[in-house]
Order: sequence, then structure tokens, then C-alpha cells
Amino acid sequence: MSKVHRVNTESRPIRWLLTALALGFLFFFLGLPLLTVFIEAFKQGFGPYWGALQEPDALSALGLTLLIALLVLPLNILFGFAAAWLIARFDFRGKSLLTTLIDLPFAVSPVVAGLLFILIFGRQGWLGPWLQAHDIKIIFALPGMVLATMFITLPYIARELIPLMQAQGKDEEEAAVSLGASGFQMFWRVTLPNVKWGLLYGIILANARAMGEFGAVSVVSGHIRGETNTLPLHVEILYNEYNTVGAFAAASVLALLALVTLVAKSFVEWRMQKETAMLGAELPAERVPLAAGAPQPAPRGGNEKLEATRRFSERTEQ
Amino acid sequence: MTKKSHRVLPGFGLSLGYALVYLSLLVLIPLGGLIAKSAELSWAQFWDIATTARAFASYRVTFGCALLAAIVNGVFGLIVAWVLVRYEFPGKKLIDAFVDLPFALPTAVAGITLTSLYANTGWVGQYLEGVFGFKVAFTPAGIVVALIFIGIPFVVRTVQPVIEDIEQEVEEAASTLGATRAQTFARVLFPALFPALLTGFTLAFARAVGEYGSVIFIAGNMPMVSEITPLLIISKLEQYDLPGATVLAVVMLVISFVLLLSINLLQWWAANRHSGRHIDGGAQA
Amino acid sequence: MSIEVKNISKRFGNFVALDNISLEIPTGELVALLGPSGCGKTTLLRIIAGMESADEGQVLFHGEEATHVHTRERQVGFVFQHYALFRHMSVFENVAFGLRVKPRAERPSEAEIRERVMKLLSLVQLDWLAERYPSQLSGGQRQRIALARALAVEPKVLLLDEPFGALDTQVRKELRRWLRHLHDEMHIASVFVTHDQEEALEVADRVVVMNKGHIEQIGTPDEVYSAPASPFVYRFLGNVNVFHSRQHGQWAEVDRATHVEKDEALAFVRPHDIDIQRESSAGALSASVLHVQAIGPLVRVEVEHQGEVFEVELTRERHTQLALAAGETVWLRPRNLRVFQGEEMVSSQTFDLGAGI
Repeated sequence: MSKVHRVNTESRPIRWLLTALALGFLFFFLGLPLLTVFIEAFKQGFGPYWGALQEPDALSALGLTLLIALLVLPLNILFGFAAAWLIARFDFRGKSLLTTLIDLPFAVSPVVAGLLFILIFGRQGWLGPWLQAHDIKIIFALPGMVLATMFITLPYIARELIPLMQAQGKDEEEAAVSLGASGFQMFWRVTLPNVKWGLLYGIILANARAMGEFGAVSVVSGHIRGETNTLPLHVEILYNEYNTVGAFAAASVLALLALVTLVAKSFVEWRMQKETAMLGAELPAERVPLAAGAPQPAPRGGNEKLEATRRFSERTEQ
Repeated sequence: MTKKSHRVLPGFGLSLGYALVYLSLLVLIPLGGLIAKSAELSWAQFWDIATTARAFASYRVTFGCALLAAIVNGVFGLIVAWVLVRYEFPGKKLIDAFVDLPFALPTAVAGITLTSLYANTGWVGQYLEGVFGFKVAFTPAGIVVALIFIGIPFVVRTVQPVIEDIEQEVEEAASTLGATRAQTFARVLFPALFPALLTGFTLAFARAVGEYGSVIFIAGNMPMVSEITPLLIISKLEQYDLPGATVLAVVMLVISFVLLLSINLLQWWAANRHSGRHIDGGAQA
Repeated sequence: MSIEVKNISKRFGNFVALDNISLEIPTGELVALLGPSGCGKTTLLRIIAGMESADEGQVLFHGEEATHVHTRERQVGFVFQHYALFRHMSVFENVAFGLRVKPRAERPSEAEIRERVMKLLSLVQLDWLAERYPSQLSGGQRQRIALARALAVEPKVLLLDEPFGALDTQVRKELRRWLRHLHDEMHIASVFVTHDQEEALEVADRVVVMNKGHIEQIGTPDEVYSAPASPFVYRFLGNVNVFHSRQHGQWAEVDRATHVEKDEALAFVRPHDIDIQRESSAGALSASVLHVQAIGPLVRVEVEHQGEVFEVELTRERHTQLALAAGETVWLRPRNLRVFQGEEMVSSQTFDLGAGI
């Protein structure tokens, strides 16, 4: 992203054409839809908009959405640390299998993800009869929705922490241990401060997905108004009832949330870049996309050929 | 190597335990359940359910639309990434951040918004239908529009860092050797970008295949015409046809795994093309 | 505290990193582990530190079994090749870390910590940088901070992994001298890993030359340089000319009665251990001068004998006496020569060349 004017570039008309194509594409597919949300929401003025948001069903849907995110995120953060600690700090058999398993939810359609839990906990599922006998509700209730959301968001935080911790290497933690730090001290004083921005980045992404998830939650929720309706499901119900203002009012809350997410994400990216520049750490240069495919940065080179050969054999095993 | 060799860094057992329990409860056992459920059917039953005309039509719609959307995203994603890295214009940083909107915006919101835009009364839809006679909403074309929206960031965000990493010297070298700009792009730049482009394309495709939320509003959901497989699974579920839903889910999963595998192979291939350099560098340092 | 390593072996998969290594390092000694990349020197250092566990063998500290003692309790100071400074802590906090993580009962008071850290920082002459962050320091400064941090916990043993590997030549030379000085003040056993022979010879009391997981030679810098125990040590420490018995006649001749032809005998001679003479004499090889070049205090002469090129280093005085020119025919005589058959040394000869030096 050099600011230096490049002599060696496309001719002016081609530059204009490409820029126009790119901006036009983004305008039609991103800008216009976002604008539409707010225009539709305020079509009949502020009064009906505010009224739609004050509906008890809308409020309880918002509450449930927040509650699910609140329940899912802590468990997911712990999992992210456990997985990243294993993969970035230890060599063990089955490491590449573990990496693949973490990515798996990316490859599963949300609808199929919901179905997985119905097959286990649903009325006709494995545990169905037992659950009914003991009067425990998982499907069409909060626990099922939490499970489905956990499944969908499983890779997000681990995926952020793994490449970051791999790039940082284990030298600092080994130094802490050789200076006498206990595991707890090492984690709080060295590991956590080193990855705090990457962790926050992962939390932001996982939170956005947790609050916005539709397909998986829809399958296990049962759409009981005021009980098992999240905000995205609420949008669907109102829309299908031709309550356009109500649907778009709820949608505008979610869109606002998306904008907050984008701002927070940009802020964290900016902090990470600043910290990378300032601390001279060897962090991955660009943000990797949210999903399975991003190529991971190669671990930092040690000086021994042995390490290189070990690393090579790891890679070929995969 | 795992035998009783002690490890200097603590927490291996604890992390392994938690990660395994978490993965087992959420991923391994549920997937095992799915396989077990489908194993209750005979091969012939399975085949019958998987290949009904309606199921076949839904595969065609799902994979056809996903492919088309991924191709559009491949082309425009490359252009967007190129423009964002190489050119300067006001508001560039803002637009760069904005590219991630589909990651942040709930799919249901995207679904109803795109529908109202592309319906025959919507801002875009009325012109498309009035001027060109082209119906988008409630047809497969609408599905493609929704899937393009969902997939935009995948291609841009995979290709962008690779464009940033290309050394200017390489292009300069090509031009001092007499290559035109077009030749430089075709012979020098594009081959360097291709693996990332392919990865981004595959990711966008994989995501589009499984997409549900944004599609159901705009698709019209007419069986045989604009019904996607995930929706067919849900309608089977609503009719308490668990075996039917399971079979379709297995078909989708198998295809998704093949996709995931090809993504990993691509990554492995891309990593290995450079691995020689890493090893040499490591040994010298 | 002394360190003793007994019969240590370590494998990574099929790769043998260390093959039955034994080594003793008395208190007060500064020892260099020297060898090429992949020879196992870093692995050995990490095993001594307890960061890697050996497959077989023992590590003893001051005669006491330490093989299974955790790194945390070994009281070793470890200096990492890439410093491993905590990037989000100031220099002061980095050095104080080892004191702050002590159990409450043993932890010094804040005032004591302050005093000890500042004392260490002035020992490494960087007390004026206490509030900076690692990224704001030069490589040499980071290395000294890493040392101060390791010394803060008053280690019984100091271990350094390629301590100067990432620094440029000028800084490296300065830090070498400084490390030597520091070690002499601390009176502990220190071990450092290096692949730079000059560094090992200049700083260490003793040098351990390693190759492919085993020890080739242990000795003082002078011993390993002047009396290498194997062809590997010859080649690794400085330049050497190799003469083949078949081609170069008596230089590498060995008693054929005792050494039946298994390997060809090879004579190793350092370039400065060859003299060039204008007259033939017993045992001299004829050669033609290819090229003469003055390098600093020495003059390097390339000569050819039977199709092979050898290097001879002469003093400037000797070169002035001889006034060699390319194309001339001269005679080579060795001053110091060792003959090996395979890995085994079969003879070591020193010749008094008398006049002409």
C-alpha cells in the first residue's frame, strides 16, 4: 500500500474503468441494501418505528439474542485458547486432524447444523424419549439454540488465535517458565497480553455471528413468540406477516449492530497494526478472512536445520 | 514422541481435555448421530430419497446458483481487491472496512433487504423488470443476487494480502524486459494471484452452498424451480420426515467435505510452493 | 555450580539429534558448544536447561540428579537466540519478571526489586533505558537486557543459545568481550551455543566441537585449532589443505603393514603450516604458482600440484624474501601435518623447517 506514485501502472482510462466497476459493484450489492434497511424502517416516520421496537415480542427477542451470545462466548473463548495453545505450542499426533475438526463447522450448512441437534435431542432423536420422560426440553428451547450457536461459532476465536500465537513463537513463554513463573502467572502476564487484540478481534466476529445466526437457530427454535424467538427470527416472522415496518425496524437494530461490529473491527485492526509496528512483533501482516481457507503464516524460522526438517515433516503429514 | 517426555510449557493436558470434550459434544457426537441415523436406511432407500426429482432440482438450484455467484465474486472480488490495494481515491479506507459488511450483517436482514430492492416494486427491481423485462426476486436470479452478497468478502480478503505482497520489482523487471502491461498482468501477476483467487472462490462457493437465511426471502421457494436444498431439508423436518431430512443433509455434508478437502489441498499446495524457501531461510539464520 | 551430562541421547522421529553425549563443565568455566546447523548443540543446551527432555541419559547439577527437575526449579539463566523479551513489558519489568513471579514468601519487597533491577541494568550499562520497550532497543541492547533478565534470579548456571547470532559484526565483537568479562565476575558455569568458530575460540575456556549428534573434540581453543582430533574439526575450524596419499606421495604415506587399504590416507595441513621454498629438498612437493594476493598481514598464494589447487599463507616478510610470481615452479614443505585414515588419526608430524621463516 505504498503511497509512492507508481510509474508502472495501468493507463488512466483503465484505472478509471476498474475503479468505477469496483465501486459500482460494492454500491449495488453492499451500500444500497444497507441504505434500504433504514429507509424501509423509517418509511412511515419515527413513531411507528419506535412503536415496533417497543413491542414486548421485539424486546424479548432482543433479550434472548443477547442472552445466547452471553452464554456462548465465554465457552467459545476458553475453547479458542485451549485449541490455540495445543496447536501453536505443542507437537503431538493428530494435530492436523484437530485443525481440520476446528474448521469443520465452516463447511456445514447452518440448516444441517440445526438438524444434527434435532437428531440427538429431538422428539424422535436418540435422547428424545429419555428427555421427555424427565421433562427436559432442549429442542425448541434455549439449550438447543445455545448448542446450535456454539456449533456455528466454534471456529471463530480459535482461528484468530492460532496463527497469531504460531507467529509469536513460544520463546517468551519458555523464558517466563525458565524465570520461575507458574502456568497461571505465565498465562496472565505473558500469553494473554500478547494476544489480547487478536482475542478481541475473534470475539467481535464470533459475537456478530452469534447474534445474527438464522438458519441453525431457526431449525431448533420452534419460533415460539416471546419465548424462543431471537431478533433475526423475529424479523422473519414480521416480514412473513407483511408487517414491513416492524420487520425493518428490528432489522435496523441488527444492521446497527453490524455497523458497530465493523467499527470495532476496524479499530482493533488499527490497534493491531500499530502494535505490530511498535512492538516489532512478527504478526501476520493482513487480517485473514473469517473462514477456513486463509493460508496460515509459516512459523518463525529457528536456526537449527533439525527444526526445519521437523516442520517440513509436519507439513507433509497434513 | 508423546510417551512420557515432559513438556516445559504447562497446560497440555488441560487444553487437550477441554478441546476434546468441546469438540466431541458439539461436532463429533452430532455428526456420528447423523451418520448412524442415515445408516438405518438401506442403500436403496437412501438412493431413492436422495435422487427424487425434487431433490435433484434442489441440488441443481443450490449448486448452480452458488457456482454462478462464486464466479461473479471471483471476477469482481479480484477487481475490488486490486482497486483497494493499488489505487488511491477519497474514502478508500472506509470502503475497505465496508467490504466486511456481509460478515457482520445477519443473513435474515440481508434477505429481506435484497428482496425489497429487487422486487418489481423495489428501486432496482422496477427498472430491471420495466426496462429489461428481467425478473430477479422470486426467481433463481434472486438466489444468485443473495449469494453474491454473502460471498463478497471471501474473495476480496483472500486476494488482497497477496496483491499487497507482490513486489513492485517483479513488475518493473517484466516491463524492462519489454512486456506490455497486459502481458505483465497475464504472465506475471495473474499466476501469482491465482492460488489465492482459487481459494477465495472455493470459500465463497462453499459458503453459498450452505446459505439459507438470505436466500429464502428472495427465492420464492417454488419446488423444482427455486427451492434450495437447505429449504427442502427444513420442509421435510416440518413434515416430521426425519429420514428424508437426514439423507439430504448427508448428501450436502459429503459435498461440503469434498469442498473443505479441496480447500485444504489448495492451501497445502500453495504453502508447499514456498516451503523450500522457508526451510533454506531457517537453516541459514 | 558444575554441570554434568551423562550418556544423553535424543531422537526426533528418525532424526538422531544427540547420540550418547557425555560432558562435564566445572564451576567458573565458560564453555562453547560449536558446530554446524543441525549438529544438536541447541538441543543439548535445551536439555541442560530442562526445556527438552532426553530420551536417555542424565543431567547432574553439582553432582545431584537434575534430569527430571522442571525448568522452573533448575535455577538456570537462559538467554534465547531471538532474546524472547516480553514485548509488552518495559525493560525494567522484563528484568523484574523473575522476582515478581516468586512465591509470596520468597518475593522481595518492591523496594528491593527496584534496587536489584537497577543494579543489574547498570551492570549491563543500560540503566538509562529502564522505561523503554524492547522494540525501542537495538539488537545489542536487547541482548544485554535478556542477559540482565536471566541474571536477576541469580542462576547457578548461565545458558546462552547463539547469543550473538542475530547481531552485526561490530556489535558482536564488542559483546563477546563483554560476556567474557561478565562471566569472570559471576563465577558460575556458563555454556553458550555458536556456529561461529572465531567466536568460540575467542571467548571460551573450552570448546566442545559437535557434529551430527556427537562430540568430535573437547579442548581449549588452542588445542582444537592446532591439534584437531578429526578431519571434521580440521575442516570446521579454519582452512585446511588435504593431500591424498595416492596422488601426493609421501606426505600422506602410512605404514601399509599396519593399515591395510581400507580408506585412503589423507594428510591435513593448515595453509600457514606450509612453507614455500625455491630449492627442492627431501619430502618437498613441486608446485606451480597460480596466483598471489596480499590480504591484510598475510599473503595468500594459490599453487597447483598434480592438477589440484592448494592454499598457502605466508607472512609478508617471507613473501618479500621469495618474491613469487605466477607461473613459477616452487617446492612445498609442511611444518605441521596430521594424517587420517577415515576418522582415525594415524600419524601427527611436526617438522622444523629451520631457516627461511
